[in-house]
Amino acid sequence: MGKINVKDKDVVIPGEILAEGMDNFPGSGTYREGDNIAASIVGLVSIDGRTIKLIPLSGRYIPKKFDTIICKVIDVNMSGWRVDTNSPYSAMLSLKEATSKFIERGADLRQIYDIGDSVVCKVTNVTSQMLVDVSMKGPGLMKLSGGRILGVENNKVPRIIGKQGSMVSMIKDATGCNIVVGQNGLVWINGSPEGEMKAISAIHKIEQESHMSGLTDNIKQFLGSKIENKDGEKN
Amino acid sequence: MDRELRSHIIKLAGSKTRLDGRGFTDYRDVSVETGVLSTAEGSSRVKIGKTEILVGVKVEVMKPYPDAPDKGSIMVGAELLPMSSPNFEQGPPSITAIELARVVDRGIRESKSLDFKGLCIEPGEKVWMIIIDICTINHAGNLFDAASLGVMAALKDMRFPKYEDDKIDYKEKTDKKLEITGTPISVTVLKIGDNFMIDPDIEEEQAVDARLSVATLEDGTLCAMQKGGDTPLSSEEIISMVDLATEKASDLRKHIK
Repeated sequence: MGKINVKDKDVVIPGEILAEGMDNFPGSGTYREGDNIAASIVGLVSIDGRTIKLIPLSGRYIPKKFDTIICKVIDVNMSGWRVDTNSPYSAMLSLKEATSKFIERGADLRQIYDIGDSVVCKVTNVTSQMLVDVSMKGPGLMKLSGGRILGVENNKVPRIIGKQGSMVSMIKDATGCNIVVGQNGLVWINGSPEGEMKAISAIHKIEQESHMSGLTDNIKQFLGSKIENKDGEKN
Repeated sequence: MDRELRSHIIKLAGSKTRLDGRGFTDYRDVSVETGVLSTAEGSSRVKIGKTEILVGVKVEVMKPYPDAPDKGSIMVGAELLPMSSPNFEQGPPSITAIELARVVDRGIRESKSLDFKGLCIEPGEKVWMIIIDICTINHAGNLFDAASLGVMAALKDMRFPKYEDDKIDYKEKTDKKLEITGTPISVTVLKIGDNFMIDPDIEEEQAVDARLSVATLEDGTLCAMQKGGDTPLSSEEIISMVDLATEKASDLRKHIK
């Protein structure tokens, strides 16, 4: 019987031997080296039956089907737009998927989305060769104008959104900002200067304390105290 | 240039604030440490906010340049390490790296604060050559100011090694310092829209219309200037940028002992 060197939820670093022998299988974030299974990323161990996999703690975003992401247009060509997805792979936004409006034959596509514009889109397909297709047809998928884009760790995005979007709507209510969180670790914020600063510091706090318990209460307190201060100044 | 970001910065500037909540003429936290590298004759580590650079100074005995047989010289090199920013690549120095090194070099050279004649050992044969290397540890904007501050701190930290019978013993340092008469400090002023700002972060550097790096001495003497960015500057604008840079340089100079 093979030996497993780690427990569930242990933090491991790349190269660490997780298990010995051929009885276990290497899952995502691990690889087989000789008879052993080694970690290839920094992450938390998750043992699922005989498979050992790792939940990444950091790392680049990798496009996944049905993710809503914030992209930047990097090229305009005949049949659509090429967008940067904040990942190693760029994506294709085809003309057909770009807008529900009618686009005339031979129209200047730069009038619709120009290079440098940011758009919210949904990943419709990812091939095994990592050719990514995105679409902008759907609720909440739009061009972002004004505002600023903040980069965050993409593994922390679920924490920033919270259960059913509870965390992000709390920040929206407390700061009065419009916020769009992309699965690829980009967050778009637009609001008053003070509101934006508050939202950014709250998001950074979530990033740093995402592993601690009572996160929602901490953030609620953090946002609440800031609002009181602001009221105090006004009075 | 990032148009959306630029218009957002201009919008924020309307209410006299910046992306990270600072005022137009506020520096981020500045810290300067010296003597951080044991293998260099002089060294410093400068942090401005999250920007961090290391400067090392080495000396060598060389044959002087033929047009200045009784003068030593300085050589400044900047290396933008790929680990410090996703935009820096391995390979020969980029234009950004060359510009950084040359702006720092010119600021010091033209301030005439270093006595190059004092670096002469034997006219026409041997002079001290001071080699300054700038390494970026993290690039979060404003490498120009960080580098010029770091180089001055490292030069003041420098001690000559023991030199006997045409041989340098790098392991043994003497008490002899470089003779430095002034402290040239360069401050970079940015123009975005109609607003002047100092100490840009990375996003502001991406949205810049024009920038002017101004090196000044304690008494306000102008040593060198470098203009960057795509849009021109009027002479009134340059004058107010120089005034701002001179004022802020005296604040930065306090960090150098």
